[in-house]
Amino acid sequence: MSNAILAISIIWMFVFMYAILGSVDFGAGFWGMVYGRLKDNRAGALANRFLSPTWEVTNVFLVMLVVTLVVFFPSAVTSLALALLLPGSLVLILLTIRSALMVFAYSAPRFQNALSIVSGTTGLLIPALLVLVLPVVAGGFIDPADGRLLTGKLFSSRVTYTYLAFGLASELFLSAAFLADYSREAEDEEAYLVFRRHAIWLGPLTLLVGMVTVLSMGPEAGWLRANISENSGWFLASATAFLFGYSAYWWKTKRGQGAPRIAFTAFILQFVLASYAYGVSHLPYMIYPALTLQEGITNPSIFRSLLISYAIGLAILVPGFYLFWRLFLKDKRYLNRG
Amino acid sequence: MDELTTARSLFGSSLGFHIIFATLGVGLPFMIFVSEIAYQITKDREYTLMAKRWTKAQAILLGVAIPSGTIVAVQMSLLWPKFMEWVGQVIALPFQVELFAFFLEALFMSIYVYAADRLSPLLRVLSVFFVALGGSASAVLITSANAWMNTPAGFDLAADGSVINVRPLEAFLNPSFPSAALHVLVSAYMTGAFVVSGIAAWRMLKGKQDEALYRYHRKALMLSLTVGGLMSLATAFNGHWAGQVLHENQPEKLAAAEGLFETQAYAPLALGGIADLEEGKLKGAIEIPWMLSFLADNRFDAVVKGLNDFPRDTWPPFYVHTLFNLMVAIGSLLILLAGFAWMVRWKRGKAPMPRWLLWVLTTTGPLSVLAIEFGWVFTCSGRQPWTVYHLQRTAEAVTDAGGLLTWFVLFISLYLLLAVATVWVMRAYFRRRPLNEELAALHSGKGREGESLG
Ligand code: HDD
Ligand code: HEM
Ligand code: HEM
Repeated sequence: MSNAILAISIIWMFVFMYAILGSVDFGAGFWGMVYGRLKDNRAGALANRFLSPTWEVTNVFLVMLVVTLVVFFPSAVTSLALALLLPGSLVLILLTIRSALMVFAYSAPRFQNALSIVSGTTGLLIPALLVLVLPVVAGGFIDPADGRLLTGKLFSSRVTYTYLAFGLASELFLSAAFLADYSREAEDEEAYLVFRRHAIWLGPLTLLVGMVTVLSMGPEAGWLRANISENSGWFLASATAFLFGYSAYWWKTKRGQGAPRIAFTAFILQFVLASYAYGVSHLPYMIYPALTLQEGITNPSIFRSLLISYAIGLAILVPGFYLFWRLFLKDKRYLNRG
Repeated sequence: MDELTTARSLFGSSLGFHIIFATLGVGLPFMIFVSEIAYQITKDREYTLMAKRWTKAQAILLGVAIPSGTIVAVQMSLLWPKFMEWVGQVIALPFQVELFAFFLEALFMSIYVYAADRLSPLLRVLSVFFVALGGSASAVLITSANAWMNTPAGFDLAADGSVINVRPLEAFLNPSFPSAALHVLVSAYMTGAFVVSGIAAWRMLKGKQDEALYRYHRKALMLSLTVGGLMSLATAFNGHWAGQVLHENQPEKLAAAEGLFETQAYAPLALGGIADLEEGKLKGAIEIPWMLSFLADNRFDAVVKGLNDFPRDTWPPFYVHTLFNLMVAIGSLLILLAGFAWMVRWKRGKAPMPRWLLWVLTTTGPLSVLAIEFGWVFTCSGRQPWTVYHLQRTAEAVTDAGGLLTWFVLFISLYLLLAVATVWVMRAYFRRRPLNEELAALHSGKGREGESLG
């Protein structure tokens, strides 16, 4: 495996992890807004309880993603920075307001209401802005003359909105599926049924919007569509994983209707397969047509030192993540708190 | 403003904002740790209450430290993409490793704040320790990147200007890294301590009626003055070292800091004054003969380079002389102040501290935060016109994207909003948990052990 492929695989891994964690985190903000405002609603309380300790860690994944991209593909930064100044800066502002309120509301309950509205709306806006990166790097929206973003074209293009719809649908779907599982873990059947219901209508919708997105790719991204159809086997496998997980909502188990843990796990597999296929189809370009992976990769000595730092860093952090998981995602005392 | 100036202003203010919360994020956990130790030594449980209340303050500050740090990290790529190409090729390591430090801090801060009631005592202390370790490590790591910009090392340039033979570890441990990293650490510990002193002095002025409260605050004051005094002493000694590193590696920065135009042996140390560029003279300064030569190289006959030895278009801006003077002045003043306050306390014993002294002590927090700001603007602006010393000019690093002014205005408004909100939340939070109630609970033995920090 070449350095470039290894590096992009690591980045892909972080993109994937942030996509899942971010979906769940931002989606929980949205569900928290929808249900939290009704008094005594367990679903909203549950979404917010998950959110409180996890956003910090999710945020580090975002920074990780940016930094990893810069250190492995330094020459990609110039073109990306130029194209992404607008969405990037907007994301920063929204993210800052959201994170600050998240902490403030915990310390001063008077912020509670403002928080739930802000974290709900930014929970939709931030992922929408982030997902814009995909059509931009797929080609057609960067001015070949000066490298700036063609904002007008981006926002008047149909394909942009299909990407947006896909991003939002999968965000809400994944978070509903996660929260369904989380409520089952918290033994909160009422909340479980709420999130199960949402997962059930959002799942097929996500699949549908995904297909429409590929079909409506513009002429500039024709190369990508062609590659995607060559990789259709992977996408079929992904759809199979979805169907399997989807059916798990109707399995009869000891703890009631449906097996949300199995469903959510299968959905993750679905996203692994689909985003792997999308990533492979994107090769060899980082930004079409300006930059290929091979042109962008950093020098071998830095590359090696980075790999070593990953090995050491992970060895130190894994126990921390384990403790974190035990305390917030598994511990009944936390899950069931009133 | 042209786009370059706007980019510099935008980035400088983002960093200037982040650094307040980041420095406290390094300094406060250290104070928390010290007060835990003080408890172990004195067995006075009021020290654990201090630790607990400071942790709550720190948790609130983190709500701004983290997003503002995210802003800085992303803006670095958005505004200085061609500098980041350098970063990626040579000085990537600290940026990458810093993320592990962030993870450490973020993971254990969540654990400490949201799960304190479910942790064993050992795990709790360990969590605080990891929070403090994460903060200090991230400060050291980011300083390595900044030090590398001042004294780039660890690579060679090929004939065509491309980077070859990269040695990541050598880049990481570049010549100014040891002095700078230590300086950033001790100055952050000093700032964390003096911010505590400032607040304690303020509370002593306001809450004199209640004897128990007064004693609690006096304990906090004396503890933080001890730490702050020692750390400011360390900062000054270590700053002297940093100056010598400048003498060796960035002579024009030292010359600008001292307002020195003519290269000379027996160079005088200039305090205050304003540099006149037209005449090439420093006006209105107090000069201490021979002192600069001695500071730069421990010898009175050391030759210190003046600005006239360097091409005019590579001179740093002249306000760095003032910034440097202010930083040093604040450092020296705070050493004296901490020493003096200790003397008064020792002489007067149990009698109340004089009110004028308390008033003076309330300024220690703001002053040390100011010194941090001056120091950073000094090191960044004193490097101008270079982003990477003698290799890349700031004008070459900036993005080609236009329209930065809008973003500048938006981000400044965001920072103002956050600053106001932070103060407001702090006050609201501590008003809901008055100290006298917590103290009473502590002494009646009903101190809610293991209460989560909510
Ligand atoms: C509480 C804050 C504080 C205080 C009281 C001082 N410093 Fe400082 N100084 C810093 C906080 C700081 C800083 C913000 O942390 C800097 C910016 C970059 C760095 O490495 O540390 C800095 C930079 C810095 C540099 C520039 C390093 C470079 O550009 O490479 C020098 C030469 C000094 N300091 C010297 C001193 C001296 C002689 C002091 C005498 C008391 C002093 N500092 C007090
Ligand atoms: C000397 C200057 C700096 C110091 C002492 C410092 C220290 C800190 C500290 C203590 C935090 C809180 C960390 C946490 O809890 O996760 C933080 C956050 C952060 N800082 Fe800084 N920082 C400095 C400058 C910078 C610079 C120049 C950058 C960008 C290149 C940066 C990037 C960040 C990021 C991305 C975060 C958020 C991490 C997260 O998402 O948790 N910092 N910094
Ligand atoms: C944390 C406190 C810091 C503050 C308050 C600060 C302040 C500033 C200011 C005011 C400028 C504009 C300089 C000018 O145009 O005259 C600047 C530039 C810059 N700083 Fe810093 N800085 C800080 C730390 C850092 C660190 C830790 C790094 C790198 C890791 C860094 C990297 C840069 C870069 C890349 C620029 C733009 C290029 C340049 O002007 O040299 N800064 N900073």
